[in-house]
Amino acid sequence: MLEIKNLHAKVDDSAILAGVTLTIRPGEVHALMGPNGSGKSTLGKVLAGHEAYQVTEGAVVYRGRDLLEMEPEERACEGIFLAFQYPVEIPGVSNTYFLRTALNAVRKHRGEPEIDAFDFLRIVKDKGELVDMGDDLLTRPVNEGFSGGEKKRNEIFQMAVLEPYLAVLDETDSGLDIDALKTVAAGVNALRGPDRSFLVITHYQRLLEYIVPDFVHVLHAGKIVKSGGKELALELEEKGYAWVEEEAVGSGS
Amino acid sequence: MGRGGSGRLGQLTVSRNVTTSKQHVAAESRVFVERFRELEGVWSANGSSWFVERRREAFECFTALGLPTPRDEAWKYTSVAPIKKHAFRCEAGHIDESSLRPFAIEGLEATRLVIVDGVFRADLSQLGGLEDGVVAESLATALSSRRAQIEPRLSQQAEMNSQAFVALNTALAEDGAYVHVAKNIDVSRPIHLQFVATAEKAPLMAHPRVLIDVESGARVKVIEDYVALNDGAVYLDNVVTEVFVAENAHVTHQKLQRESSAAFHVATIAVEQGASSTFVSTSVSFGGALVRNDIHALLAGQGVECTLNGLVVGADRQHTDNHTRIVHAEPHSSSWELYKSVLDDKAHSVFNGKIYVAKDAQKTDAKQTNQGLLLSESAVIDTKPELEIYADDVKCTHGATVGQLDEDALFYLRSRGIDSQSSRDLLVFAFASDVVDHVEIEPLRGLIEELVFAKLPKSSLLESSH
Repeated sequence: MLEIKNLHAKVDDSAILAGVTLTIRPGEVHALMGPNGSGKSTLGKVLAGHEAYQVTEGAVVYRGRDLLEMEPEERACEGIFLAFQYPVEIPGVSNTYFLRTALNAVRKHRGEPEIDAFDFLRIVKDKGELVDMGDDLLTRPVNEGFSGGEKKRNEIFQMAVLEPYLAVLDETDSGLDIDALKTVAAGVNALRGPDRSFLVITHYQRLLEYIVPDFVHVLHAGKIVKSGGKELALELEEKGYAWVEEEAVGSGS
Repeated sequence: MGRGGSGRLGQLTVSRNVTTSKQHVAAESRVFVERFRELEGVWSANGSSWFVERRREAFECFTALGLPTPRDEAWKYTSVAPIKKHAFRCEAGHIDESSLRPFAIEGLEATRLVIVDGVFRADLSQLGGLEDGVVAESLATALSSRRAQIEPRLSQQAEMNSQAFVALNTALAEDGAYVHVAKNIDVSRPIHLQFVATAEKAPLMAHPRVLIDVESGARVKVIEDYVALNDGAVYLDNVVTEVFVAENAHVTHQKLQRESSAAFHVATIAVEQGASSTFVSTSVSFGGALVRNDIHALLAGQGVECTLNGLVVGADRQHTDNHTRIVHAEPHSSSWELYKSVLDDKAHSVFNGKIYVAKDAQKTDAKQTNQGLLLSESAVIDTKPELEIYADDVKCTHGATVGQLDEDALFYLRSRGIDSQSSRDLLVFAFASDVVDHVEIEPLRGLIEELVFAKLPKSSLLESSH
């Protein structure tokens, strides 16, 4: 699905990623953890194609293609979805209009016909139920005046409609109370399947109680310094990040 | 406040050396002088009508004022120099129904008055469908047959003493539209005034005049729609609209300016509102070479609501200037203004919003917002709020922002699969939407949305899914 090799990236001349290597196979859920400033969100933005982040070294192969060659919209059409840490408010564009435009863009890319209004409404209804999107959230302008939890639910809702192969969830849990967290996690779990992979970026182990990962990685100073199974998350919760960092420094990497 | 004469609130006084101005005018405004002489010939042949004296006065005013120069504060950012370069003539084009088909507003059921090059055309108009007590007809007809109704209104609100183009229109207007709604009548269908410019190669000019008189408790929606048969044709449209909104009356005025890209369009809308009345104006300009809209609203009673919204969509070297002036003369009235412009290429837009709150106009609530979106580095916006407040217990706010497309929003849209151009267009469209959404007449709103799309760089994705 995704193969990241020795990825280096910078923003405004400060290097953030310093050689990330990570392989995600179809159906796997990977958690990427790490302290603030370790480069977690940068990796998400680089995968989605944000122009402010410049790749200086390394390669990313996505489903057999060079991901870094693609424009952000092409990546999305090819099945990459980034759930934003801070979803953007877009006044004047209704949530459903936005989503229908996006869905049609993806369908056009795949050579499928445009979705008709009736089918679209059915999809919106079905997928909306996953994360409890009320009618007013659907008709209001994209994210405008949404609470933190509503914004995060909206991200998962969009993901459900667009049906990506690879979903990158960037701190989707931050700022959520436990109920909202459960709703969001249930939405994600409903979308898990053998053809869909997830990269779950989080600072806290709490989310991983609800979205149980196959692998956990720790990012430190722009590099993955430790990888393990889901039990690694518990260990991090208990002991903090310091011991991993010390280990990393100690091993000279 | 007394009507007529000088001393109206907010009016500028003219103090110029008349002799010098006359010489000045003679050189640059020969076309207007010639036209006035022609009309004088017609009047003396046909016997003088009651309005002729007013026309002569108006022409005196115009001669004294001369065309505005950048030294006039109100024309600081808009030069009329290009207008002076053309030898405009007055001539009504010969057109038939088929020429108007491209300009039909799909789905609009309206009473339609068609004014071609400033002259009303009964054969192209559809006057039926009006309630008893509603008049919508040629202004020329009304001038000769409804003097008693018109005399207290016509040329009473638009200020010819201080504004050269109003004076010029008053002197040269031959025809236009007259709308009168009697007390308590709710006019169900909109009244669509369609102004057609037929100019091709030779530059024409027209000075249409509109008078809208709505009695107390009545309600009406009027569309002023400016179209041109030939894009790229040069002509001058100099329009004056006077609107009287009596107590408790409700007038919706929607102006759509979709003219030739080389047109000169200068327009004044002068409104007087009585107590507890509502006036809602939306002015959408797709631009010509030079477009200048003045809207002057006098809130002459208590509990008045006045909304002035505007949208400018400009490209190339189009210049669009919106000047609004709201005079709060009495307590407890509210005014809201939202003007937006979207500019590409080297387009230039000006917004000047004056709010005048008289000493007695306590509890005034006035809000003015002007927002600009620049799509190119060479587009320019000048914005100038002017608040003049003499009452001490009022709420007056104004805000102006100018910016470019939000890069974060662009990335968000693209990250969902929407291509770069469509994302840009979607954001532009969204920016314009809070003005467009206020257009109450749905078929007109639909047309404006289409025109916004047509004016933007092409984006097939949005057109198909809209």
